[in-house]
Amino acid sequence: MPEMTVIEAVRETMRAEMRRDESIILMGEDVGNRGGVFLASDGFVDEFGEERVIDTPLAESLICGLALGAAVNGMRPVAEIQFADFVWPAINQIVGEAARVRYGTNGAKSAPMTIRIPYGGGVRGGLYHSQSIEVLFAHTPGLTVVAPATPYDAKGLLASAIRADDPVIVLEHKRTYRLIKGEVPDDDYTVPIGKAEIKRPGSDMTIVTYGLMLHYALQAAATAMELGIDVEVVDLRTLRPLDRETIIESVSRTGKVLIVQEDTPAVSISSEVAAIIGEHCFFDLDGPITRLGPPDIPPMPFSPIQEAAFMPSPEKIVSAIEKLAEL
Amino acid sequence: MAATANKESETSGQLSGGRLVELYRTMVLSRHLDERVWLLNRQGKAAIAASAQGHEAAQVACIEATDPKKDHYLIYYRQFTAMIALGTEPEEMLRGFLARDGDPMSAARQFPLHGAHPRVDLFNFSNVIATQLPQAAGVALADKLRGKDAVTIVFFGDGAASQGDTHEAMNFAGIHKLPVVFFCENNRYAISVPLSRQMAVESIASRAAGYGFPGVTVDGIDVVAVHEAMTAAVARARAGEGPTLVEVQVERLLPHTTDDDHTRYRTPEDIAQMLERDPIKITAEMLKRRNLITEAEDEQIHSEAKKRVNIATDTVDAEPYPDVGPMFDHVTMASQGRS
Repeated sequence: MPEMTVIEAVRETMRAEMRRDESIILMGEDVGNRGGVFLASDGFVDEFGEERVIDTPLAESLICGLALGAAVNGMRPVAEIQFADFVWPAINQIVGEAARVRYGTNGAKSAPMTIRIPYGGGVRGGLYHSQSIEVLFAHTPGLTVVAPATPYDAKGLLASAIRADDPVIVLEHKRTYRLIKGEVPDDDYTVPIGKAEIKRPGSDMTIVTYGLMLHYALQAAATAMELGIDVEVVDLRTLRPLDRETIIESVSRTGKVLIVQEDTPAVSISSEVAAIIGEHCFFDLDGPITRLGPPDIPPMPFSPIQEAAFMPSPEKIVSAIEKLAEL
Repeated sequence: MAATANKESETSGQLSGGRLVELYRTMVLSRHLDERVWLLNRQGKAAIAASAQGHEAAQVACIEATDPKKDHYLIYYRQFTAMIALGTEPEEMLRGFLARDGDPMSAARQFPLHGAHPRVDLFNFSNVIATQLPQAAGVALADKLRGKDAVTIVFFGDGAASQGDTHEAMNFAGIHKLPVVFFCENNRYAISVPLSRQMAVESIASRAAGYGFPGVTVDGIDVVAVHEAMTAAVARARAGEGPTLVEVQVERLLPHTTDDDHTRYRTPEDIAQMLERDPIKITAEMLKRRNLITEAEDEQIHSEAKKRVNIATDTVDAEPYPDVGPMFDHVTMASQGRS
């Protein structure tokens, strides 16, 4: 089984899907001859041609409106937003339009489109190359939002997204692109949308997380084990719809929960997960529902000391684990 | 405006006299149904309506130049006459306005004229101005990639001309020579804001030069002139030569919607001048002058339309609203049937 980075898994999955289905086209800024700024479509123009790998003008609303129009007319577009921080001009075409196509036409039309969005910080990206933008999409009925953290899940969830008959937002954490390696089977498999995964079983408490924070949580759990605390780590993988069953089952069993996210905590994924646990696990809890996230300031400072202070880290997670374990 | 106001095309172009009368018949049906919808609003039965009164000639002529069997139509909320020209029955129109169970466009989830048409590839996803233009570029792109013989006609108003989506869509359509016609119904008002406060130029069509394709301005109360301009634009798109921006100068005879009062921002002189340019009146005069209809035949066209509208109103007024249950359907494929 070959070992790949996250970005390699993304690239090979898109390549395989485009070979399998001629209705799949790519569109975005610099996706053509440049192969994408992260090289997600490196070499695609040579294999699939300029007609299927479309360098768009610098216009995010166009990219998503174009994808939507092509999707309702028989194609399966995969749009790339170069950086999550640049998605805001396209919000109307995604949240206002694409998300409501099926509902607003009473099922007569659907938009089988994928929007890949590199997101997240800890990369010296400053205020406009570091943002986490998942909440707005995860709030929106009609959208599906996935956030794979490993090469295996990147392949399986991207394949599921491309094959889905509705708009799917695929959030790829930039820091994981080349940092995270893992085994990716050659065969054609998918990871189901809406299914979280217990990435590390444990008995003393549950960490619920996603994205880059999964890897920090796994490091923290290994350290905690040396301190005698057995931590279970749940990777949400899909942010909408949330896998309520896996969250509830794990937290009910361990009795304690720490929700870790890189996004600012106010009205966020961790808020929703906390609400689910509060409603369904109340009598099984042995401590308060706890959350670890960055401070409530605009993500995130460019200067290195401040950026590090902003980002959650394995060390900060270990401290939160120890504190929760003592309660 | 004034220069083209009452100039009538000298030829009938590709339209026979018989076809001109049929287009007029559609315009008259649209007018009577449109008037009925406003009445139903004043009776408290139709929550909201946007009228096409004043746009009828432009819309029938536009549709006449297209092929409903293969073309795509991305409309906004004012294409009332275009809907009828594409064969939408008065009952189907009223089910939308009265939010009845059988509304074929969206099952009454959306405002009237929003959703997707049951027989023609016509759709209108939202109320947000100009979002349909990038979508139209995408629809046309899909046709071009697959070598399909289809033209995309996207409707918008002068208000939409100010949106960024309009610029982004035209720019892309120009680069890729997409088979799309940008059909701008310029009635000179974005709700209350006059053209002079929307743009520093007089012609929206002049902007096409910046995107590398032709733009034409046509008097929108002249059925023949609009049909000629649209025929050329559609032919250009079908031949793979790229987009055209067709700007039609029309009048918005009624306020923006049933919730608006245009006497708050239009002068009595402006309103009086506009009423002179009523396309129903202008077209009737043209048909009579050419001996295509008599006064008696005109009266009969009107009385038949009224009768048709009465039948449709009685039918739909007695129909039920949708139940609560179906409101949970069609959020996503996966959520189907789940509440």
